[in-house]
Formats: sequence, structure tokens, C-alpha cells
Amino acid sequence: MLKIKNLHASVDGKEILKGINLEINAGEIHAIMGPNGAGKSTLSSVLTGRETFQVTEGSIEYMGKDLLALPAEDRAREGIFMSFQYPVAIPGISTVNFLKTAINEIRKYRGESVYPASKFLKMMREKMKLIGMDNKLLNRSLNEGFSGGEKKKNEIFQMAVLEPKLAILDETDSGLDIDALRTVANGVNNLKTPDNSSIVITHYRRLLDYIVPDYVHVLYDGRIVKTAGKELVTELEERGYDWIRKEIEASLNK
Amino acid sequence: MNDDIIKINKDFSDLFTKGRSMLDEGCSAVVNSYRDEAFKHFLDLNGLPNKSEDYKYSDLVSIFKHDYFTMFKLPPLNVNMKEVFLCKVSDLNSTPVLMVNGWYHDECNELEGLHRDIVVCGMREASLKYPDIFAEHYNKYTSAAKNDSLISLNTAFAQDGLFIYVPDNTVVDVPLQLINILNTDKDYMGFQRNLIVLGKNAKLHLLTCEHTLSNTSFLINNTTEIVVGENSHCDYYQIQSQHSSTNYINSLFVEQKANSVLESNIITLFGGYIRNNLYVALSGKDADARLYGLYTLDKKQKVDNFVFVDHKVPHCTSDQHYKGILDDYAVGNFAGAIYVRPDAQKTEAYQINNNLLLTDTARMNSKPQLVIDADDVKCSHGATSGQIDDEALFYLRSRGIGLKEAKTMMMFGFAHDIIQKVKLEPLRHEIDSMIDKRLRNEYTGCQNCVYSTSVKKNS
Repeated sequence: MLKIKNLHASVDGKEILKGINLEINAGEIHAIMGPNGAGKSTLSSVLTGRETFQVTEGSIEYMGKDLLALPAEDRAREGIFMSFQYPVAIPGISTVNFLKTAINEIRKYRGESVYPASKFLKMMREKMKLIGMDNKLLNRSLNEGFSGGEKKKNEIFQMAVLEPKLAILDETDSGLDIDALRTVANGVNNLKTPDNSSIVITHYRRLLDYIVPDYVHVLYDGRIVKTAGKELVTELEERGYDWIRKEIEASLNK
Repeated sequence: MNDDIIKINKDFSDLFTKGRSMLDEGCSAVVNSYRDEAFKHFLDLNGLPNKSEDYKYSDLVSIFKHDYFTMFKLPPLNVNMKEVFLCKVSDLNSTPVLMVNGWYHDECNELEGLHRDIVVCGMREASLKYPDIFAEHYNKYTSAAKNDSLISLNTAFAQDGLFIYVPDNTVVDVPLQLINILNTDKDYMGFQRNLIVLGKNAKLHLLTCEHTLSNTSFLINNTTEIVVGENSHCDYYQIQSQHSSTNYINSLFVEQKANSVLESNIITLFGGYIRNNLYVALSGKDADARLYGLYTLDKKQKVDNFVFVDHKVPHCTSDQHYKGILDDYAVGNFAGAIYVRPDAQKTEAYQINNNLLLTDTARMNSKPQLVIDADDVKCSHGATSGQIDDEALFYLRSRGIGLKEAKTMMMFGFAHDIIQKVKLEPLRHEIDSMIDKRLRNEYTGCQNCVYSTSVKKNS
């Protein structure tokens, strides 16, 4: 589904990603962990097409297409979704109108007809139930005055509505209490199918107790320095990242 | 003074002298008694207020030096009455009142369904029929603009307009919809004068729609006085949708008695040069003024909003919120002032002006002002001008919404902040849809409006 090869990216001339290689197949969950400043959020920004980052080298192939050639909206239309670390509040646009526009823009791109208006609200209500979101939030301005937990739930709700092939959860656990974390994680798990894949970016183990990854990658100084199974999460939780740094330094000094 | 202004002032003097007897005809002694003094005041202020502080960013000379014709006698009705049905806002049950070129014609105003206690008629007719009301209220509230010679000019030349009287304890549930039509075969200058009086415990919704039908140029000096009596409530909505050769000076003077509420919402969709003056005097305790405005400008449109709120007595509240979206070479001006008099303790007064500039060539001048002579008040003011937020734009695009649509949504969201204040739901939906179309450049006139459709047919 996704093949990242030797990806280098920089912002304002400063190189952040220094040669990422990553392959994700349909149905897989990949966790990306790493210390602050390692480049985790840069990777999600580059994948979703944020223009503040420049890709200087390497390639990303997604579903057989050159992802880097597509503008942000086309990536979303091709099935990539990111749950934002800091969802933006947009006054004056209700969640329901926002999603109606998004769905229909996506359908138009795919050559499909407009989503039947009569079925739209029913679908919205079903997805809200799935995520456990209060449907009063639907008619309120997007994320405006939402608590941290409500914003993150709203991200997962949008994911449920847009049904992406590849979901990127960028620190979805940050700022959530344990109950909200569980609800959000359950939502993500409910949306899991054998065909869609996820990238879960996080600092901590607790989200990965609920969303169990197939692979865990450690991103350090712009590179993936370690890849293992879910047992790596426990090790990182117990030992931190220092031992990895030492391993790297040792290998560099050889 | 430059030659143009000297000529403009002289032309007005000639017009006033020659037209004087015609101006007086059909109006009451009260209305006529103000003319000489007002015209003298206009001249004392050096006539046209070109480049005065309050009109600093307006190019009045180029607007006024153009030749316009005037009509000092009730002209024959020139709109096709078969087509005149309604500028209907879907689902809004309203009583339409039609004015053509600033004149009230009985034959096109059947006023069906009008509340039986309320009086609606032409200003000149009313001045003769209700001399007491005119003696008490006519031209009594314009002194706040004593330095604005254009208001004096209106008082000197005014002959007709709309008169509304809502007696004590009368609640008018069905909104009145004033439709101001401009339609002439020559470039035209008009002076409309409206007087709206609400007694005690009364309620009125007034929606004013401004339209141009003919392609001629207009210079309209329209002055309205509104008195909101004790415990009364007045909602005033104005939708301006005129062509780019329309120059419109729209002055509103509101006098608020104790416990009264005024809610105004002035929405400028189209126009050439539009100047909205809004003067509110809070003269009775616990009066509350909520003043909102929205302007969407493109090409070379110019819109000035000038707001002055006078807190004369304690315990009053006022809230000004104006927002604008400016594209192309449009120029917007906002000057809002709050004046809190020495005795007006416990005043709460707020003012904010926010603008979205879509191009490097659009310009916005914003001047929020506070003058506070009391010490126990809560006041704030502020202004912003900025671009569409990139982060929000990316958020929308990351959900599959294209750049253009995302920008439109952002603008709509920005504007909706003001539209949501409109309490009449059908009207709110209608304005939402007009703004949405306007932002997409699909707007050709109010939806369902027979006037705009008839214009399209003819053109």
C-alpha cells in the first residue's frame, strides 16, 4: 500500500527527515515511536501534503501512485487520513456541513454521484454512535469550544465517516484522560478492516495497549533506527530511548 | 477649496433656491421649517465634506461632480406593477412596502395583512396627518452628526420616504419589508427621509432591501430616524445589493429610551460607493444596542461604515461587531466610536471590527475609538485585518476539500459569525445562501426576487 524510500525532508532549509524507509501493507498497524524532535510529526505532514515541508530526496509510492505529486486534497481523496495532533477550530462551519462537503468532494474526484442527502444524516448518526460522540456537537462550529477529548473524538468520527485506506494517528493520545483514550482507541479498533492500514504515532505505551500494532518503529534523528514487533513497546516504556541512542552511537563509532 | 467643490456647492445653492417652492409642496410646515436652517448649515460647513476627517477615505468630489437629475414632484410610478409581487424571502411571512426612487406610491402599497394598529405611509403624507408626531420627532435626532453637512443636505431637500408608527403596547409580529427600488432613465440624485417611531412596549422587525433596476448612475442620500420607546424592541436589518454605479449615503439615527433594545444588522453585498452612518443615542437607563454589520467587497467597490454610540445615561450596553471580506481592489473603511458621558456609569460597551483581505491590493482602514468620561465602565475595542488561516485551510484540504472550496468555506464561516445574529430564521437562511453565492461569484440578485429576475430578462 505504502512504500517510503530514502525520504529526506526539510523545513526552512533544516533537514528533519534524513532517509526514511518504510513499507506498509494492507491490513497492518504500524506504530512509530521516538523522542521529541525525532521527526514523527514531520513524517505525517509530508505524507499528508503540508506545504511547509520540502521533500529533498526519496520517494513515496501509495497504491501504485507517486504520492508526492498529489496536492493535499487529492491525497485525502485517494484515501489517506490524518487525525491531527492539534485539530483546528473553524468558526462558522458546522461539523455536519464540513463533512458533507468533504464526502462529496471525495466522491466527485472518484467519479461518484453526490451522497444521497436523505441517507447522510442517518449515516452520520450511526458513526457517532460507533465513536460514542455526543450528536449535539454535529451542529456546532467545527472544533470550536470543544474540549481536548471532544476534538480527538471528532477526528476519529471524521475518520469513521471518510473511511480511509490509510489512517495516520498523530499523537491522538496526547491530552486525553484514560476514559477518553479508551473511547478513541475503541473507535479506531471498530473501524479496522483487513483492507485498511494505520500508522500510530505516539510517545507512550498506553495507546498501544488498546491499538495493538503489528510493527513498532523507532524514529530517531530523522531515521528509523529500529523495527520490531509489539514487544518493543514494553522495552521502550521500561528503558526509555537512551539505550537506543547508545546503540546507534556505538555502531557509528565502530 | 478646489474649483470642483465650489461648483458643487453653487449648484446645490441654485437647486435649493429654484426648487424651494416645489420642495415645500406636499410636506408639512414642520418638515419645511427645517430647510433654510439646514441648507445654511450645509454652507456654513463649507458644503461638501470632502476629505474631512469623517470622510477622509471617500472621494466625494468625483461622486458629486457628476450631473444627476432630481425630481421634486411625485413622479409617475415607473415599475411594472404586474411584475411587482414581492422580493420574497422564502418562508418569511412579511408585509412588503415598496419605495421607488425614494418616493412612496399608494397604488403599489396595499399593505395586506398589516397589523391594524400600526401606521405605514409616505413621509410627506404622514407629516400632514400626524403633525404632533412630526413636531416631537422629525429631525430631532440628527444633531449627533451636526458636523456632517450631508445630513443637513438631506434635511434641506427631503420630501418623501417611509413613515412607520407603532403605538404603545403594539407588538408587530410580521416583519415589515421595505424594498427600496432605484429605477430611472437618467442619472438620478435623490433624498429619501424615513421616520420610524415605536411607542412604549412595542416591537417591530424591519427588513430593508436596496436594489437598483436600471443601469443609470445614482447618488442617493437616505436618512432615517428611528425612535425606540421605553421597553420597546426594534430589529433593523438592511441588505444592500446595488450595482456598481450606485453611490449611497445611508444614515441611520437611533434614539433609544429606557429598557429598549435595538438590534441592527447591515449587510452590504454589492454597491459602488456605500457609506453607512449609524448614530445611536442611549438616552434611557438599561437601553441595549447590538450593532452588527457585514460587507463583502470586490473589484473597485468602496464601503464605509461609520458608527457612533453615545452612552448618555448609566446602565446601558452596546455591542458593535462589523466584519468584512475584501477582494481585488476593494477598499473598506470602518470608524466606530463609543462615547461614554461623565454620568454614564456602569456602561458596558464593546466594539470589534475584523477583516479578511484576499489580495495584496485590497485595503482596509479601521479606526476603533473610545472616549470615556466616566470611571466605572466596561469597554473594549479592537480591529483585525488578516488573511485566511493557512493551518485551517490545510485542515480542510486534508479531508479532501479542494483549495477553492476550502477558501470559500473559510470565508463563509467568517461571515456567518455576523449572519447568525439574525434572529428571523428564514431570513437568516436566505442571507446565508446569498452570502454563499456571493462568495462563489454566483450571486445575481436575491433569490426569488421578481425585480432581479425581471432585470435579467430585460438585459
